[in-house]
Amino acid sequence: MRVNLQAPVSATDWRGRRSAPWRYALCMALPLLQACSTTPTGEWNLSGEIAAEMRYFAHTPRFAGQDDNIEFSPSGFVQPEIVYEWNDGDDRITLKPYFRWDADDDNRTHGDLREANWLHIGADWDLVVGIDRVFWGVTEARHLVDIINQVDQVEDIDEEDRLGQPMINLRLQRDIGTFSFFVLPGFRKRTFPDASARLRGALAIDDDDPSYDSGADERHVDLAGRWAHSFGNWDLGLAHFHGTSREPRLLPRAEPGGGVILRPHYDQIDQTSLDAQFTHDAWLLKLEALTRSGHGDRFAAAVAGFEYTFFQVMETDADIGLLGEYLYDGREDAPTAPPTIFDDDVFVGTRLTLNDTQDTALLLGLVVDVNNQSTMKFVELERRLGDDWTFELEARLFNDVDDNDALNNFRDDDFVTLRSTRHF
Amino acid sequence: MTISRHALLGTALALSAVAAMPAARAGTAEDRGLAIAEEMARRDAGWGDSTVAVTMILGNREGETSTRALRIRSLEVVDADRGDKSLIVFDRPRDVGGTALLSHTHIHDADDQWLYLPALKRVKRVSSKNKSGPFVGSEFAFEDLLAHEVVKYGYKWLRDESCGEGARLRCFVVERYPKYEESGYTRHVVWIDVEEYRPLRIDYFDRKGARLKTMTLTDYRAYAPENAKTYWRAHLWDMENHQTGKTTRLAFGAYDFRTGLNDRAFTSSRLTRVR
Repeated sequence: MRVNLQAPVSATDWRGRRSAPWRYALCMALPLLQACSTTPTGEWNLSGEIAAEMRYFAHTPRFAGQDDNIEFSPSGFVQPEIVYEWNDGDDRITLKPYFRWDADDDNRTHGDLREANWLHIGADWDLVVGIDRVFWGVTEARHLVDIINQVDQVEDIDEEDRLGQPMINLRLQRDIGTFSFFVLPGFRKRTFPDASARLRGALAIDDDDPSYDSGADERHVDLAGRWAHSFGNWDLGLAHFHGTSREPRLLPRAEPGGGVILRPHYDQIDQTSLDAQFTHDAWLLKLEALTRSGHGDRFAAAVAGFEYTFFQVMETDADIGLLGEYLYDGREDAPTAPPTIFDDDVFVGTRLTLNDTQDTALLLGLVVDVNNQSTMKFVELERRLGDDWTFELEARLFNDVDDNDALNNFRDDDFVTLRSTRHF
Repeated sequence: MTISRHALLGTALALSAVAAMPAARAGTAEDRGLAIAEEMARRDAGWGDSTVAVTMILGNREGETSTRALRIRSLEVVDADRGDKSLIVFDRPRDVGGTALLSHTHIHDADDQWLYLPALKRVKRVSSKNKSGPFVGSEFAFEDLLAHEVVKYGYKWLRDESCGEGARLRCFVVERYPKYEESGYTRHVVWIDVEEYRPLRIDYFDRKGARLKTMTLTDYRAYAPENAKTYWRAHLWDMENHQTGKTTRLAFGAYDFRTGLNDRAFTSSRLTRVR
């Protein structure tokens, strides 16, 4: 259990004071100022997870250069989280390193600092300085407007795993919503599978040698702002991002020894986005939309959908959720933009949660391209074993893939992942 | 001699009890039930805010147990239309550690709820319709954990009888009918001690009218935060499901009142900063 060594007196001191951000910064810079003195004792907490994973690929790989012998592919990762809190939790330092080892993909064997930051919580504001993860959005099939953190593509193709992003993030809580301001120094390159690995696409990607629009390359300082508010049945977010695109264009380059590889190019973009959810009864209605310039012509993209849950079906404890989303992306109007598999697609899915002691949950879904019927199906099953272990099964299957669909990169990469995780 | 002394003591206690709550005497059974509920609410008003750590012990018919740990932060809202706010943060099991559930209850409308998922750092507004399903796999439904706003129920006084450990206390026995649609119950029967207006036992009846569960509240301790009122809190809530034989115990640590929590600590945007 957590042990609080904090003397409560200084905590109420800080909590009661409606200190302005600049005043706090001054106190941090000049710790000898008597008015700013705080008790140095705090609270340490270590938690985390360590996992073993096995991936099974059902077919031989499709593309030249991929290792034919990869059928069963073992892997594992560790992600500890060390937290030091003081000021009754109003100041917190978080360190969350991540390391994955993979038997077959040298690029998937990688480390990252998911978080390494200092957080201060003021009366109606908070500030994060350091590496952090920020999530924006409401939809399930695609996280369209979620742009602060780069995708850790070698982890999975679902774009939910992200690299830690260096940032200064100031948030102001006001009656009309929460205003967040981001200064993002230091760009993170997207990770890609190794040339011999699965899930890499038709051509190998040289992710060590990207090019940039900005003369500052990866040192360009990106900026972002967001307003978010919850009122009545509505949750709304409006955001703007100015800086280096998280999605690279992949430009072919002839190799000296013959053959072609892809070289990532990161454009400078401006993206304005909206995310909205309307919640009523057992319905969630969701919308994410954006407009982006910088990859050639400006284009728009949107995901709109719903989630409806039947609670305690057939007088059991189980819930069944139905999910449906339509995904549109207008970037074919901007032929030089990075490709996406979600240009004109429908997602349908169902989620079964047993609400048992082991939190058993099953998600089944498929994403179909409306025009060419290219289909990705997925299954995710999760269950806790005992108090400290979880067991997951994930499968992704690609069917009826059109040669011209971006999904063609994965068409022979049907795979099943088994994961066993120890939480500590 | 001994007998008459006890009888005298009993009469004196009963008299003082009646004198202390005139509301419980007059009117129809419905009026008396409502008056008791209003007096309960009046006595508990003004607590402000509180934080408490809870251990949840789940047991099945075979005697196997599993444990959860969570913390509950609550904020009293003094407003006729809005109910209290609560924030539940899970510490164990470890795979859901850091998950948090924020609730804004409303008197007339559906509640607002947001779930924080720390793995993605995602805040998700969720449906608050599911009040009657099992809360984290336990025998408690979410509606069993909520503070009972007076107007969300109809009432009927049934009788007074001995109650509590060793039947040493006197209790009002009151029926309570949830008025909100999402409830999994047709009625509760609540035993409330006549001295301090503390609920000691609640029987829950399912949609078919059958007795589903019994909650027993014990280890009451009195707290006296700054305003000179006394607030009673039960530190052991034992729920038994009569239909499955499963049990859940909530063991509460010491409450902290008036910790300085305010509205801003109970907003959806602050969820990403919660630990």
